[in-house]
Amino acid sequence: MAELTFQDIVKEENLVYKKTSLLTDKALSYCPGCGHGTAHRILMEVIDEMGYQDKTVGVAPVGCSVLAYEFMNIDMQQAAHGRAPALGTAIKRIMPNHFVFTYQGDGDLAAIGTAETIHAINRGENILIVFINNGIYGMTGGQMAPTTLPNMKASTCPFGRDVSIMGNPLRITELIANLPGAYYVTRQAVHTPNNVRKAKKALKKAFEYQMNVKKGTCFVEIVSNCNSGWKMTPVQANKWMEDNMFPYYPLGDIKVPE
Amino acid sequence: MAKELRLMKGNEAIAEAAIRAGADAYFGYPITPQSEVLEYLMGEKPYEKTGMVVLQAESEVAAINMVYGGASCGRKVMTSSSSPGISLKQEGISYMAGAELPGLILNVVRGGPGLGTIQPSQSDYNQAVKGGGHGDYKLVVLAPASVQEMYDFVEKGFELSFKYRTPTMILSDGVIGQMMEKVELSEYKPRWTHEEVVKMHPWATTGKTADRERNIITSLNLQSDVQEEHNLKLQAKYKKMEEDVMFEEVMCDDAEYLFVAFGSSARICQKAIQNAREKGIKVGLLRPITLSPFPSVIIRKYADKVKGMLSVEMNAGQMVHDIKLAVEGKTKVEYYGRMGGIIPIPSDIVKALETKLIGG
Ligand SMILES: Cc1ncc(C[n+]2csc(CCOP(=O)(O)OP(=O)(O)O)c2C)c(N)n1
Ligand code: SF4
Ligand SMILES: [Mg+2]
Repeated sequence: MAELTFQDIVKEENLVYKKTSLLTDKALSYCPGCGHGTAHRILMEVIDEMGYQDKTVGVAPVGCSVLAYEFMNIDMQQAAHGRAPALGTAIKRIMPNHFVFTYQGDGDLAAIGTAETIHAINRGENILIVFINNGIYGMTGGQMAPTTLPNMKASTCPFGRDVSIMGNPLRITELIANLPGAYYVTRQAVHTPNNVRKAKKALKKAFEYQMNVKKGTCFVEIVSNCNSGWKMTPVQANKWMEDNMFPYYPLGDIKVPE
Repeated sequence: MAKELRLMKGNEAIAEAAIRAGADAYFGYPITPQSEVLEYLMGEKPYEKTGMVVLQAESEVAAINMVYGGASCGRKVMTSSSSPGISLKQEGISYMAGAELPGLILNVVRGGPGLGTIQPSQSDYNQAVKGGGHGDYKLVVLAPASVQEMYDFVEKGFELSFKYRTPTMILSDGVIGQMMEKVELSEYKPRWTHEEVVKMHPWATTGKTADRERNIITSLNLQSDVQEEHNLKLQAKYKKMEEDVMFEEVMCDDAEYLFVAFGSSARICQKAIQNAREKGIKVGLLRPITLSPFPSVIIRKYADKVKGMLSVEMNAGQMVHDIKLAVEGKTKVEYYGRMGGIIPIPSDIVKALETKLIGG
């Protein structure tokens, strides 16, 4: 038998994985190892697999993912800091047959945008909110976020978060799970292949609930890393996340439809 | 067909006009003296008739960002508030200006600063005309002086805001918002269909189809040269807006003096003109209808003809500076006004004309 060459292997029928066409060719601006890129990918894969590119409108936040629209090959709007759920509310109410999602960081969603988040969900807006919780303000250089853990260091709490002075980290996902308008609330991660699969499944469910069930807001939190803000290597950051973030923000479904 | 006439409050006229103009959505938050807009819309249930969305938002901040979201889809979307609420909307208005979005914002002005008073005022003139939020931008600003104009300026406001892809503000006040007058209603215009929106507004986020690149609505330009280019484009647009300037001239032909006033101040000036002319003072009124673009050219023209101009405002003297800029020192420009929700009376306006311009 003749020896296999490279050309023999690189063929359409041998393809096991390829980049979805719903991601642009632009190189991601995220730090190497950052979870934002993986989260973008699985979200775009779900929309691609559903064949919904022409009926999707996404909303980018203010935060590291402000430029999500550079990477996602769909129609997108960029919201003022924290206001994405208000935009999503209007988009969905005006175009109820479109798939509408917001993509927001923890500072965006759980600090400056707390009111917009809670009220959009409490109204049961039929949208998907993807919440990237990295416990820090990544974009502005690693300041304390509402989700920063007790004693965790950030540039505005250089000696660690002293909860007696700075208050407690906010488990906003548990909070919003109590709202009647929240239909599906889950907490996922994307730092291992297994977690990526689970997170993608959650996004797929959220898509189906929005388009077919139409009974309220779906909220998918992704506990993620920020190796730059945490001042760690990507490997250290993932380990630190497992050891410290997951105990405070345990993974799994928080509210599932009855 | 007989004209459809109705006795209405200014705020109700705005709401009725929105439904008939084929507006797609209204987002608001209660505040005196404009809560009737949301109340009237909720009472009419346009979502059952035309499909227009009406929603009470959790705050003015949320409401203006809902306008941003809907406008980005190429729809006719509006909000209304009064002064303290308009301050909260400034973030969203600035983003809309930056992202070049249409949209209609009604400000039924009350006296400030702070919580101020619920009585009528024109003290948000500078905020409306000079930008209001952060960054170099302008709005189209329409100043109605009657309930009929409240009604008419909804359609006009949408038209201009889509023409220039710039938010339009209707700068009203508690008098015009609350008073009742006869209004001639227009025919119902159907809302645009999704297909019409896609065709008319190819920039809108209606869903990326195979025949076009994705649409992005953003006000972000990280590179300063790109941002400057964007600023220059905006400025050119604001310059072009001047072709849509609107004003009214009342008894200006033989005038030796001119009142310059907008909104309810202009209404009071009409009475002041009568009183002054009975005394033999030839005074007319120039009423800016668009405060932005400002009718500088016509004011400059009158500067060569009259002995002086009196800017009559329900504030500490804001528009007077724009009049001075327009006349370039060619004639004397003075201000008379009241603040805090107090409405000037015609006899005091005439007295101010006599002491500040004629006697002075
Ligand atoms: C009104 C306003 N305030 C503050 C900022 C500055 N700012 C930009 S991003 C950001 C924090 C973003 O953090 P997060 O939402 O957690 O996103 P991440 O970058 O961590 O993904 C802040 C405070 C802003 N752009 N606008
Ligand atoms: S700063 Fe943090 S959140 Fe931002 S791209 Fe880098 S690792 Fe990701
Ligand atoms: Mg963050």
